[in-house]
Formats: sequence, C-alpha cells, structure tokens
Amino acid sequence: MATESVEILDLDGVNRALTRIAHEIIEKNKGVEDLVVIGIRTGGAYLGEQIQQRINEIESVTVPFGSIDITMYRDDLASRGHLAVGQTDIRFNLDGKRVVLVDDVLFTGRTIRAAMDAVMDLGRPESIQLAILIDRGHRELPIRPDYIGRNLPTARNEQIKVDFDEQNIPRAIHLLKS
Amino acid sequence: MNFNPKHILGIKDLSTAQIHFILDSAASFKEINSRQIKKVPTLRGKTIVNLFFEASTRTRTSFEIAGKRLSADTINISASSSSVVKGETLEDTAKNIEAMHPDIIVMRHSASGACDYLAQRLKCSIINAGDGTHEHPSQALLDAFTIRQHKGKIEGLTVTIAGDITHSRVVRSNIYCLNKLGAKVRVAGPRTMLPPGLEKLGCEVFTDLRAAIRDVDCIMMLRIQRERQGKTLIPSLREYARFYGLNPDNIKLAKPDVIVLHPGPMNRGVEISSLVADGPHNVILDQVENGVAVRMALLYLVSGGESVQNA
Repeated sequence: MATESVEILDLDGVNRALTRIAHEIIEKNKGVEDLVVIGIRTGGAYLGEQIQQRINEIESVTVPFGSIDITMYRDDLASRGHLAVGQTDIRFNLDGKRVVLVDDVLFTGRTIRAAMDAVMDLGRPESIQLAILIDRGHRELPIRPDYIGRNLPTARNEQIKVDFDEQNIPRAIHLLKS
Repeated sequence: MNFNPKHILGIKDLSTAQIHFILDSAASFKEINSRQIKKVPTLRGKTIVNLFFEASTRTRTSFEIAGKRLSADTINISASSSSVVKGETLEDTAKNIEAMHPDIIVMRHSASGACDYLAQRLKCSIINAGDGTHEHPSQALLDAFTIRQHKGKIEGLTVTIAGDITHSRVVRSNIYCLNKLGAKVRVAGPRTMLPPGLEKLGCEVFTDLRAAIRDVDCIMMLRIQRERQGKTLIPSLREYARFYGLNPDNIKLAKPDVIVLHPGPMNRGVEISSLVADGPHNVILDQVENGVAVRMALLYLVSGGESVQNA
C-alpha cells in the first residue's frame, strides 16, 4: 500500500510553534522561578532542549533541562515484547520545582501517564505541566496538555512523523496516511 | 536490535551484538541505583525465585536487590533450609516451585549443566547464577561492564585471569565474553590448576604470573577455592601467595593504568595483597555496584514479551 505524506508544519512553522510555547510557559508561570524542562526521550527530549534554549534567550537565564526515558514505566511491556531501555538524565533535584514535560506527539496519553510516574519517582515537584508539539487526539486517559503547538484531528491508522536533522533540531512534521 | 531471550544460561550462546546490547541496557538501569527512590515499576507483579543450592552472599543479594528495584517479588530459597536436605531430587524441587507460578528462577547449583537441565523441563525463565565449573554469565557481564566503564572499550585490550583456572566458572564465562568483545585473554596459574586444552577456548596460557601480567590492561584475580579441593594442588597458601599473589611489586610489570578485578570473596594475603586490593588500581567495589545494574538488565530482558510467546 502506498503511503501518502502530507506536510503539517515546515521548518518555520515548527520554530514559530516552539517560540510561542516558550512565551506561553513564561507567561503562565509569571517568570521562570523554580521552572525546569524535562523532555521525554527521544523526540520530546530534542524538542525540550529547543524550548529550554528559547526560554533562556527570552529571560536571559539558564533553566535546568533533563531528559527522561519511560520504557521502565510502560504498561504494555509484556504485549509489546522487548523494548530497549534508554537512559534518564536529570541532574537536579525536582522537589518543589515546576516541571514542564515536553513530548512531540500526544496520542493516547499513556506515555504521559508513564512519564508522570517516572517524574514522581525522582522527587516531589510543585506541579507538572505538559507541552506538546502536535495533539492528534484519541486520548485513552484523562490527560490534557497546557501548551499545544498544533491541534491536528487524525484517524487512528494515520501516523505523525517528526523529522529531526543530524543535530537533532526539528525540521518538519508530516502526516502519513496509508 | 531485537533481543528477547527466554533464558540466560551462559555466555557461550550469546552473540557479540547481544552482549553489547545487555551492557547498554545495564547502563540505563545503573542510573536507578543512585536515585533517592531506588525503584521502578517495570517488573511489577512478576515473581522471581532465587534458588541457591550453593552458598552465595554477593550474587544472591545482588539478584535480590536487582529484582526488588524493578518491583518484582523476590523469594530466596537456599539448600540448607530446603527439602534438598531431605532427599528431594533437583527436578522435583524445581517442579514444586514451578507449580507456584514464578516468572523467573535464578539458580546456582554445584553441578555443571544443572540450569540447562531445568531450562528444558520448566516453563519459566531460568537465569544461571553459577553452575558447577561451567558458567557464571552475570559475573562475566558485570566484569565486562566494569572494564568498559574504566577503559571506554574492550576491543583490543589484553586481560589476564590468574588463579585456580580449573575450578572456576568465572574464567570460562569470562573467556567467552572477552573473546567475543575483541579482547585478548591470558590465563595464569600453577600447572595443577590449569586444565588441559585450555588454549582451545581462545587464550594464552602462562605458568609464570610475572610473564602473564606484563603490559596488560586488566588483571582479574581468582579466589583460591579452599572448599572445592583438598590441599593437594598447591604445597601451601604461603607458597602460592609468593608465586601467584598479586602485590605492589609485580603489578608494576603491567601497564601503569592497569585495573585489578576480583569476583570475590577475596583471600587477602593469598591471591591478592591488601595493598593491591585497596590500592589505586582496584575496581573491585565497582564490580559489585555494576553487578546490580547488569542483573536488572538480565531480569528485564528475559521478562519482555512473555505474553506474546504464550499467546
């Protein structure tokens, strides 16, 4: 079956969305005090880094950034078969922090559930907020993002693909229909 | 890669890529051990039985901690407190445990091949924690992990393993493992402790420790297993220490950045002097620390996709 690919956001579109999300995070939190950014590996970690850099530029500060691997927290380990575990790299204390979780695509919400459990095991943040580049719907859990790059209603069998270049900088987003 | 083993019985069955994959997975699990809350829910609801027919503190504790940090329920059974002393056969003991539906049995036994024997007869996963003088895969993997941690790689290194080669399962697993990862292996010991045909496993054999450790990157000292043999193999521990003990004098023959490993428990003053055991080259406690991460990786890997296989 041929796969049809539709571009949803180009390079400029992705950059504008990320910049807007960075501004929204600062606005909603009335600054960057106690703010930390945590990206969900792998796509969310690349995007989280982009958002962190933008916040740093806007506010002239350095907001802590970390990445989290949620393989160990998945609820479908047995049915998915083997999955390679990645590394969590968070070198700061999360107690009392306002955590902004970043992921590329929000779908069923199960990844975010796992990520929240993983964050809770690392400390007791004051709050957890969720930033998402593409919200494609089909939630299976009561999870709602705080910051959204683009709302995109999809069919279940469609796929969203976020392209990154060699430096892990997002290039474009495509919708794949099969 | 897709690596979904049912059992871990020995290094001999593993490919180079699979060994690298286990070590990479262990690196991810290692981070958990330095957290404040040292627990992830990965193996929640799984039951692990540590079935130890031979005394062990380090390996059993390491597997138990590894299982608990992954949220599995771990149960320890040791031979002295079990029905083995009442005359039950290995197969009956194992079948009775299996009837209680464990997911993984981690087993140590004095008979070589005991783990393979059970793996053919039981439905649950078996991890070999040492069988006779055959293999001890988790030890070889944690040794490789520790070497990689300190040297950055294993390919191209020269590693000397010295001591009672005949009675050591650690040696066999390590020779397989290090060879597959591209290291050169030398073994050294008195003639009475070197089994014939050792070269066929892929190593250089030495009877002179000083020659064996010249210019090597890693030295692995083995314990003199006093419980496994009479006093017939060596004249005295003092003489052994003199010719085959690692000390601050002979260690200078190795590379300046040599690392010293020991699977434990150490006989200080016999195969290793305290000055070396506590000296700057020793990585012995790193081995113990890494052991937990490596065993977490093994438990994780044998647990993946189980319901798919059963479906």
